[in-house]
Amino acid sequence: MHPAPSVIFFTTFSGLGFGLLFFLGLGFPAVTGWTAFAFFAIAYVMAVGGLMASTFHLGRPERAIKAFTQWRSSWLSREAWCAVGALVLMGLYGLGLVFFDTRWTAFGILGAVLSMATVFTTSMIYTQLKTIPRWNMKLTPLKFMSLSLAGGALVAGQVDAALVLLVIAGLVQIYAWVEGDKALTSSGTDMASATGLGGIGKVRAFEPPHTGTNYLLREFVHVIGRKHSQKLRIIALGLMTIVPIILLALPFSHFVGVLAIASHVAGVLTARWLFFAEAEHVVGLYYGKR
Amino acid sequence: MTFQQPKINTSPHVSDEVRKTTCYMCACRCGINVHMKDGKVAYIEGNKDHPVNQGVLCAKGSAGIMQVNAPSRLRKPLKRVGERGSGEFEEIEWDEALQIAADWLEPVRAENPEKLAFFTGRDQSQSFTSFWAQNFGTPNYAAHGGFCSVNMAAAGIYTMGGAFWEFGQPDWDHTKLFMLFGVAEDHDSNPIKMGIGKIKKRGARVIGVNPIRTGYNAVADDWVGITPGTDGLFILAMIHCLMKAGKLDLHYLAQYTNAPVLVINNPGQADHGLLMRDENGKELVIDRATGKLTPFDKPGVKPDLAATYEKDGQTHRPVFHQMAEMYLDAQYAPEAVADRCGIPAKRIRAIAAELARVAFEEAFELDHAWTDFRGEKHDKMVGRPVSFHSMRGISAHANGFQTCRALHTLQILLGTVEVPGGFRFKPPYPKPATAHPKPHVGLTPGAPLNGPHLGFTHGPEDLALKDDGTPARIDKAFTWENPMSSHGLMHMVISNAYAGDPYKIDVLFMYMANMSWNSSMNTRGVIDMLTDKDENGDYVIPKIIYSDAYSSEMVAYSDLILPDTTYLERHDCISLLDRPICEADAAADAIRWPVIEPDRDVKGFQSMLCELGAKMNLPGFVNEDGSQRYADYGDYIVNHERRPGIGPLAGFRGENGDQAGRGAVNPKQLDQYIENGGFFVEHIPDGSNYYKPWNMEYQDWAVNIGLYDKPTPYLFSLYVEPLRKFQLAAEGHGDRQPPDHLRARIKDTMSPLPIWYSSEEDNHAADYPVTALTQRPMAMYHSWGSQNAWLRQLHGHNPLYLPTKLMRENSLSDGDWAKVTSPHGEITVPVLEMAALNENTVWTWNAIGKRKGAWALEEDAPEATRGFLLNHLIHELLPPKGDGLRWANSDPITGQAAWFDLKVRIEKAAAPDESQPGFAPIKSPVGTGPKDLTWKVGN
Amino acid sequence: MTTLPAKTEKKLGLVIDLDTCVGCHACVISCKGWNTENYGAPLSDQNAYGADNSGTFLNRVHSYEVQPAGDAAAQLIHFPKSCLHCEDAPCVTVCPTGASYKRVEDGIVLVNESNCIGCGLCAWACPYGARELDQAEGVMKKCTLCVDRIYNENLPEEDRQPACVRTCPAGARHFGDLGDENSSVSKLVAERGGMDLMPEQGTKPVNKYLPPRPKDDMPEFDVLAPFLEPVAEEPKGFLGWLDKTLEKL
Repeated sequence: MHPAPSVIFFTTFSGLGFGLLFFLGLGFPAVTGWTAFAFFAIAYVMAVGGLMASTFHLGRPERAIKAFTQWRSSWLSREAWCAVGALVLMGLYGLGLVFFDTRWTAFGILGAVLSMATVFTTSMIYTQLKTIPRWNMKLTPLKFMSLSLAGGALVAGQVDAALVLLVIAGLVQIYAWVEGDKALTSSGTDMASATGLGGIGKVRAFEPPHTGTNYLLREFVHVIGRKHSQKLRIIALGLMTIVPIILLALPFSHFVGVLAIASHVAGVLTARWLFFAEAEHVVGLYYGKR
Repeated sequence: MTFQQPKINTSPHVSDEVRKTTCYMCACRCGINVHMKDGKVAYIEGNKDHPVNQGVLCAKGSAGIMQVNAPSRLRKPLKRVGERGSGEFEEIEWDEALQIAADWLEPVRAENPEKLAFFTGRDQSQSFTSFWAQNFGTPNYAAHGGFCSVNMAAAGIYTMGGAFWEFGQPDWDHTKLFMLFGVAEDHDSNPIKMGIGKIKKRGARVIGVNPIRTGYNAVADDWVGITPGTDGLFILAMIHCLMKAGKLDLHYLAQYTNAPVLVINNPGQADHGLLMRDENGKELVIDRATGKLTPFDKPGVKPDLAATYEKDGQTHRPVFHQMAEMYLDAQYAPEAVADRCGIPAKRIRAIAAELARVAFEEAFELDHAWTDFRGEKHDKMVGRPVSFHSMRGISAHANGFQTCRALHTLQILLGTVEVPGGFRFKPPYPKPATAHPKPHVGLTPGAPLNGPHLGFTHGPEDLALKDDGTPARIDKAFTWENPMSSHGLMHMVISNAYAGDPYKIDVLFMYMANMSWNSSMNTRGVIDMLTDKDENGDYVIPKIIYSDAYSSEMVAYSDLILPDTTYLERHDCISLLDRPICEADAAADAIRWPVIEPDRDVKGFQSMLCELGAKMNLPGFVNEDGSQRYADYGDYIVNHERRPGIGPLAGFRGENGDQAGRGAVNPKQLDQYIENGGFFVEHIPDGSNYYKPWNMEYQDWAVNIGLYDKPTPYLFSLYVEPLRKFQLAAEGHGDRQPPDHLRARIKDTMSPLPIWYSSEEDNHAADYPVTALTQRPMAMYHSWGSQNAWLRQLHGHNPLYLPTKLMRENSLSDGDWAKVTSPHGEITVPVLEMAALNENTVWTWNAIGKRKGAWALEEDAPEATRGFLLNHLIHELLPPKGDGLRWANSDPITGQAAWFDLKVRIEKAAAPDESQPGFAPIKSPVGTGPKDLTWKVGN
Repeated sequence: MTTLPAKTEKKLGLVIDLDTCVGCHACVISCKGWNTENYGAPLSDQNAYGADNSGTFLNRVHSYEVQPAGDAAAQLIHFPKSCLHCEDAPCVTVCPTGASYKRVEDGIVLVNESNCIGCGLCAWACPYGARELDQAEGVMKKCTLCVDRIYNENLPEEDRQPACVRTCPAGARHFGDLGDENSSVSKLVAERGGMDLMPEQGTKPVNKYLPPRPKDDMPEFDVLAPFLEPVAEEPKGFLGWLDKTLEKL
């Protein structure tokens, strides 16, 4: 899959933002007033910024509102509802904290649930795709949510929770890579099933339909970056989990905290780049590519 | 819940009007429906009523909208202002352009008309352009046939009075075994696709003989991946098997061919090997009933294939005896040819046996009574459901003429030509070589030539030689170097004119011929010849006039550009006088008409010639009072008469437009064609539509419609006597004698019975062991596709396809680059692997590579950076043999360019920035096309 | 509507004969022409006359080389591919706006372009590469099975079929109701063993592919040998045979 910056940016920051909102909703940290304002501002910048980024990859962003209509069947539509629901509820909740010094707990809990639901629905957009065996597994939502929670805890300054969640997220990520590497082969989809010609013999792509490129190749076939994937996996894992864990183990300072967050975000961005770049869409088989 | 689907309009407005005309993307000439919206072309589809395509249309035809709107269209006459090849032009008015042309041409005509060489490339109006050239008086006229396919046409016409492609087709309705020879499957493409589809539906077997398994060979049930250039040997081996097994249609051979005709046995004398004839010139056979010498066409004669004739102590034997002696020889046994052909002996036998099985075991009869030319009545038509067809591949070799002859011999031995289930001619064929004109070169300054330029030679007396024995034509057609070059030799014009051999010319006038790029062998050399100057600083080829609708590579190398229209902006006739659109069951012709008006200052080439011809007072183009005779080409099509009552179009003749074939001029003829869908069809009645060369009902019908002036039945020539006449000259007989250095070659190659010979040694195959071929993709036509925004996405560059063996031997993988070297030159190009390919053959798509600056493409277009031509590796001459002479790289009989004889070697190369050789950009006279397209016409 | 209809009245689709397709691309361009001019936005082209040229196409012809086991010759198979109008079309259910839908009356999968936000998710969900996002219009384009031809009362009845089918020179494309087992296309599928592409994806494609017939299986010479039984070994013997045979004629 083409690792589009808008989508990488969107999933990374909205995951982080909603992760933070989740903790804020549950009252960790139990901030009010201007401190609360600062936390909420950070959360909204990330969540809303991520959502805004996601519209950059739309062909017709001006019609984005129509995405709310199909919540009965579409994960993307559900994501839209959850995101709006979470942002509204958490907005009200934050309003109470910042301006009225009041905790409307129900709003907070509901907002926290919707925040995680948003991350879940985002992950389900990818998980549901049988066409991309690497994504089409239960580990995908687990990975998105564990990362969102770990990042949220980190930004929320919940060091103990963050340490545990970072370890979990790291393990889930490793497991997802291991399983993902086997996914296409075990999906049963190959050139033989794609063409139905396997009964005759070994199938090899000959001339492509067009000598030039096309939307499908640009969107779904991204072979170039994969040769560096092992290196990038180590970098991603290191920045995303190991470096923050080490930094958190150090005596706490805001500087170290910010460094841990920065490292984590850089790691997640790398992992997300790999999430797309390594994903093999079965349509590539028609072009003899994976 | 209920679904609420959007309501869509399933009956939208399709078009304001449908205009029916004829496609021009290849030689198929399919009928097209041009849907118009707001006066613009909105959509093009096939015409269901049209005899050629019956509604279907290929990719090129469907992309016509991108062709008529191509940014590469020339807009106005151009006068060269920079050096040749620079692309520097200034736009001029038509008056000035025609004045320049007339000023260049009139002195030539007045003093020595041979100093004009007028050659038209992809011309579909040859009966008109030749008429113009004839009236001008130059002997130097031809179209591109000599480069393309003359072996195919000439071998067919000399042997059986017709050939494949436009001349004939398999009997798709009855054939059960279809055998297709030859690479480059581009001719007659839609009819062949339709035919293959039809017979596959019935479960008939298709055998493809082709080094490359693409296209039709990909769907063939059996693929024979033959070594290029050995088709003739393979065919002769099958003939060997069939003769040995007696699997021959003896009745057919005796009745309809010259197999029973006696051959004079008079060793050392001037008539040795000629056919025995009576005082009326009729071929003689032994009548099996009487045992007597009898003219072949005497009513009731039973020509004897076996009997010999004794006279003056000599035994004269029939042609068939000679064939038996020749082809039963062990040199043609499958085992003897298998390695050379790359086909196991067992497989050769299996295919021969399958041909025999289907031809004789699955023979059938049609209930059509008919009468043959001897007056014998038949109540049935015997069918043999084996049919053959061939593509250019087998013909573009130095042995191509004899190979094509061998194939025709095979189908005649099986009795499958012009019979149900076999191969069938399309009108105006069958038409024997003797019914065609002979070449004419009699010139008189200021007057027309003494007859048509091109034709068929029947002996040394017909050669186009001057009194001093030197060639009369600039291309040396119809000379001892290539005595039967019926289509001329367009590919030799520039090099001969440059060398001044046989003479210098003053004006080179060309139409739709991309000579400075893909239409020449040795492209670099031709570019140099076009731009080279003599000691006075003048161009060696002094003046070049060129007409084309598009900014092709040739534009930059011309001095005066006369911009043509696109195919939807013009009149044309696809005429029975030329290469019509007939079917085996019908005579048919068609028109093009301006379905849109040009939005540029351009003129249809033929209309421009009507004007220029009148300006120069050419007879045929002026009225008695000196005024212009034909206002434009449309006017010519309607009003010109070649013979009384016979004009360019056969349909809707006579004052009321109700006569077919013959009839007076009908001023409303074009309107009636348009009303009828742009074409005209006259069906051949049942019972006349097979056995046509010998079927008197057909012969009478053909006379009636104007194809012949009298019935012209004839025998198929298994033995081609004119070839023997040239051999006799080479043996020293007769007044006209070949130069000594050509005697041996004429004797060796001009065998009156088909033979096979190798050109490998001439092409240094020992050092260059791999054959390199080209094919034209089905979705592209020559250069034209590159300017077509849709088609160039399909084929924007061309890899060199290598067989698996050569990939491994050279450690190559897909996307690597290789240096390809021939005795003449080298190219460096990207490669791709292909398994379904003869293991000593490489190939690529033809004419995808483009010169930077041409065709309104941007300079970094893949056509110019990754695309390439094989032409750089091919020379019009063979590599030196060490005898001090340079021999033409062509068939010694017809002069057909032997570009499929190309031998190369391959080695891995570092990837260059661009495919090599690179050429400097030429300045585009039309700029480049727009960046993006969102094409929609009307609302 | 984003949910799929439980059942469609018809299952209109294509049957593509891989035994007959010669790979000429006629269907590709005919489709481009019709759909540029008709349903929805034109199919645009980028860098139309330059490098990296590409454009929107609803039908593309692939080609594959298949190497049978043993020493049999490799085969080349041309393979046209467009939307298969799946019964369980994953492209429809992922659509967040309802722009993608499957028609109840004939099963055609369509995009209502005015509702499409160009998110691309339907193309992600399609295993066949049948959907392409038009770069100029920003909406998803796909094969409409020429819904604006097959019922079009402005066209003669015989022309009411998809442009690709009408133009195919080899007759390798067939159009009809695959839900009706008595239709000509259903019979063709039954007769020739029509197959699904990627059946394991569970999309239940309506379009079927007819597999190539066995190739290069001409009987061994032994079976055909009687047809080449020699009548003579030498020219002399041949002429003797000839004389005898002519006597019988």
